[in-house]
Amino acid sequence: MSTVTKHVVVAGGGVAGMEAAGALAELGHRVTLIEKEQKPGGHLKQWHALFPDRRPADDVRKYLSRRIDNRNIKLFTGISVEKVRKQGHDLHIELSDGSALTADAAIIATGFDLFDARRKEEYGYGIYDNVITSAGLEDMFNAGRITTADGRTPSRIGLVHCVGSRDEKVDNNHCSKVCCVTAVKQAIEVRQKLPSCEVFCFYMDMRMYGPYYEELYRESQEVHNVNYIRGKVSEASVNINNRLVVKVEDTLAGRPLRMELDMLVLMVGMEMSQAGTRLAEASALGRGINRFLETGDHHYGNNLGHVKGLFYAGTCTAPMNITDTISHARAAVTETVRYLTTR
Amino acid sequence: MSSDLFVIPFNIGLYFILVYSVVRSTIWFRQLSRSDKLRLQRGFFGMPFMQSLKEIFMESLLHRKIFMRNPVLGYMHMSLAFGWFLLIVFGTIEADFFGEKHLNPPSHAIFFRYFNPDHGAAGLPKVFGFWMDLLLAFILSGLLLAMIKRFIPGLMGMKKTTKHTWTDRIALLSLWMIFPARLLAESLTSGAHGSGSFLTGNLGAQLASFLPVAELAPWFWWLYSLSLGTFFILLPVSRYFHIPVELLLIFMRNSGIRTGDKPSSLTEVQTHACSSCGVCISICQMSYAAGINDIQSAYFVKGLRNGKDIAAITANCLMCGRCEEVCPVGIELGPMRMIERRQGEREFKPMRFIDGYGLNGKKAPVEKDPTQSYGYLVRNEPVKADVIFFAGCMTHLTPSVIIAMKKIMDSAGVRYHFMDENGGVCCGRPLMLAGRDREARELINYNSDIIWRSGAGILVTSCPICYKIFNESYYLDTRVMHHSEFINHLIEEGSLRLGYLHRKVVYHDPCELGRGSGIYDEPREVISYVADLQPATQEGSMSLCCGGSLGNLTLSSGKRALIAADAAKILTSSAPDELITACPLCKKTLGQATETKVADIAELVAAALPGPKGRARVRTKKTLVRVHDNG
Repeated sequence: MSTVTKHVVVAGGGVAGMEAAGALAELGHRVTLIEKEQKPGGHLKQWHALFPDRRPADDVRKYLSRRIDNRNIKLFTGISVEKVRKQGHDLHIELSDGSALTADAAIIATGFDLFDARRKEEYGYGIYDNVITSAGLEDMFNAGRITTADGRTPSRIGLVHCVGSRDEKVDNNHCSKVCCVTAVKQAIEVRQKLPSCEVFCFYMDMRMYGPYYEELYRESQEVHNVNYIRGKVSEASVNINNRLVVKVEDTLAGRPLRMELDMLVLMVGMEMSQAGTRLAEASALGRGINRFLETGDHHYGNNLGHVKGLFYAGTCTAPMNITDTISHARAAVTETVRYLTTR
Repeated sequence: MSSDLFVIPFNIGLYFILVYSVVRSTIWFRQLSRSDKLRLQRGFFGMPFMQSLKEIFMESLLHRKIFMRNPVLGYMHMSLAFGWFLLIVFGTIEADFFGEKHLNPPSHAIFFRYFNPDHGAAGLPKVFGFWMDLLLAFILSGLLLAMIKRFIPGLMGMKKTTKHTWTDRIALLSLWMIFPARLLAESLTSGAHGSGSFLTGNLGAQLASFLPVAELAPWFWWLYSLSLGTFFILLPVSRYFHIPVELLLIFMRNSGIRTGDKPSSLTEVQTHACSSCGVCISICQMSYAAGINDIQSAYFVKGLRNGKDIAAITANCLMCGRCEEVCPVGIELGPMRMIERRQGEREFKPMRFIDGYGLNGKKAPVEKDPTQSYGYLVRNEPVKADVIFFAGCMTHLTPSVIIAMKKIMDSAGVRYHFMDENGGVCCGRPLMLAGRDREARELINYNSDIIWRSGAGILVTSCPICYKIFNESYYLDTRVMHHSEFINHLIEEGSLRLGYLHRKVVYHDPCELGRGSGIYDEPREVISYVADLQPATQEGSMSLCCGGSLGNLTLSSGKRALIAADAAKILTSSAPDELITACPLCKKTLGQATETKVADIAELVAAALPGPKGRARVRTKKTLVRVHDNG
């Protein structure tokens, strides 16, 4: 273990950044954690419960808060990292307030942005009141009230998978990985909170890749009576009663389907964050065709960039769930420490 | 006269090209449809003939259009074409006046200096000699530019230059040799005889000071004749065939012959009339915005001419029509590409060199897969209405446009039937753009039936793609209006009361509405009635494609995004509050490419409708006109 204290800057105070900062501080390094929002926590702040076990998101939030509660960590909020540049052996890091830091190493953990559902205008987000996103549904869970815009309790809700993911039309060919299981989780939650409300999931494939996901999917059907319709929603409109009407092709039944709904939830995918894009462009960091940061090696170097001393953690490299994000952040810390002790 | 043998290559070439031109023109004429034959015959004895002569002078000789687009490129083409033309005219007159006898064979005019080495010492012959030298210098200056263009296109303001086949290269080499060979041949002969004007005379005197000019001269006369002969023989299989064919094209066009939707003599003539000038390459958004540099019209036409497999090129085009707008030869590039798409999948057979002369009949088109059908479409009972609103598939993907149109029509008290409210059948245009006319016709018939039986007087559509096919390929006795026209009509008849939005907006002409259907003014009238319309840097007939075009069958979304980003950047360069368009596809595509709000013209107008409290200041069109009149 290194006995010399080094200074590491972590860009981004979401799940990956908090875990990385905590792990580095634990090892005795001086860490500056920089978060663009007023509070750390990233997207997790907005989430009510987590898949696959539907535990409260608060559990993980508390864990991460404890993780960064370390005197070796200096947290700056409301500031973002704008540029990273090699300066001799050190890294010169420019911040949005015009100041600059010098660090021995840095970890980029700028995370993801949720796909802006307005870009799929055909689904009517921002046009029809009762079209919301998966994040919006979490807000309702947090508020403890699932209602339509005019305050009614919905009797039928549709969940649209792959909004902004696996969609060539919006130049996103990648799968965001977590939306399928998020939909299953949210469908169950709706069924539990509103037992009289029917829930329909419109999917292309069910990608239940993680441990206990497939079991959750099974439970949603067997225990909670969630309906799954294989087919992409082509468009949404409203009828004269101000109810939503969606057009879907049921590809299993092989026929077009029109359905009236009270609420449509768009399972928005993950995209490279705008803050991360700015940082990558200013620092000339390579990016893949999915626009996320390109890593040095897909198999054994996916925390490495092309700048020595600069490491990547979490969803700035690809969509991933919280479990994988935390593992990825720890791996980034291992790479960072190896760099700091051997250079 | 054994020393005159050098004229043989020239004579062979000249008589070959003359006979060939007559034969090929005859074949082309015989392949024309009956009505086109009549058009051509009538054209020959009427005004079109005079128009054609004028156009040939302005375009084929002076190259006015290229000149206006790029003066240096224009000068290059003009010096070679007009210069050579004048050289032939002056040379013929000179030979006629001062030669041994009148009506000399052409070789006597072309090689005049060889046959009259002492000519031009004084008087009128001296004046002629001066002019002939001046013309030669004029041509040589153009040739120098042509060489610069080939090797350093950037200096000529060209981004790209066309690539050559080997026959093109030999033809190019022989063309480039002609005038330097003539210069040297004339100079050497003048040097040996102490004759010649400012160019050949001076150069000849210089050369004579250190070279055995009299012995060298015949070699260069041979080179001159060989260059000419080679050039003429390769002419029909090289890009330079455009020189004579363009004359024929101008004449056919002025006689009223159009490309239509099937291969014909005109498509062949257009194929050969392309000079590969490359103007279409520089203007193409696929080239400068998306970095795709092998599908432009010049390459499409060249592939067609050289019998290459161009299926991929044919499909990979936005069909935006910008190249057709700037083509100096006026080739109908859009219809030409559509004809190729209609041919569908066919067996590809590489062309032999000899096939290039095009005297061996035509390829038989291959029948496409006839199994597809839309027989399963259910026929709905039509609703009677005065106005039918057909949103179109694309508009269904932009529900805000539909909402806006409903508000506008309700506000104006229009009694309308929303034909595809619960889903409709495609207008057929995307199929047609893919070359699937027969299938498109099935959809056209389906929709026509509903429209006819509704008895509507006006068919309003929000989609320029639908608009174009409704206008061009449907047989309706209904007035077809794009919603921008319809809104303008509602404002003019006073049934739509609108406020004024204090917003700075820029209007983007959709390809299918502007260049495709000639609707430029109505949208602008509507917009300037409700908002502050600012000019765009590229608008009207030179407006950009948004990149979303349904016309391109293979372009990746990544490349489309590059085109959209470039177009959006240019359109929003004046930092407007909103970018307005009149096409759901443009709205969707540009909306994803810029931070500026992109809205359809209907949304802008709907925003100007008086609110529930009627706060917006409402005017009628008359007051607006008066305000404008008063300055």
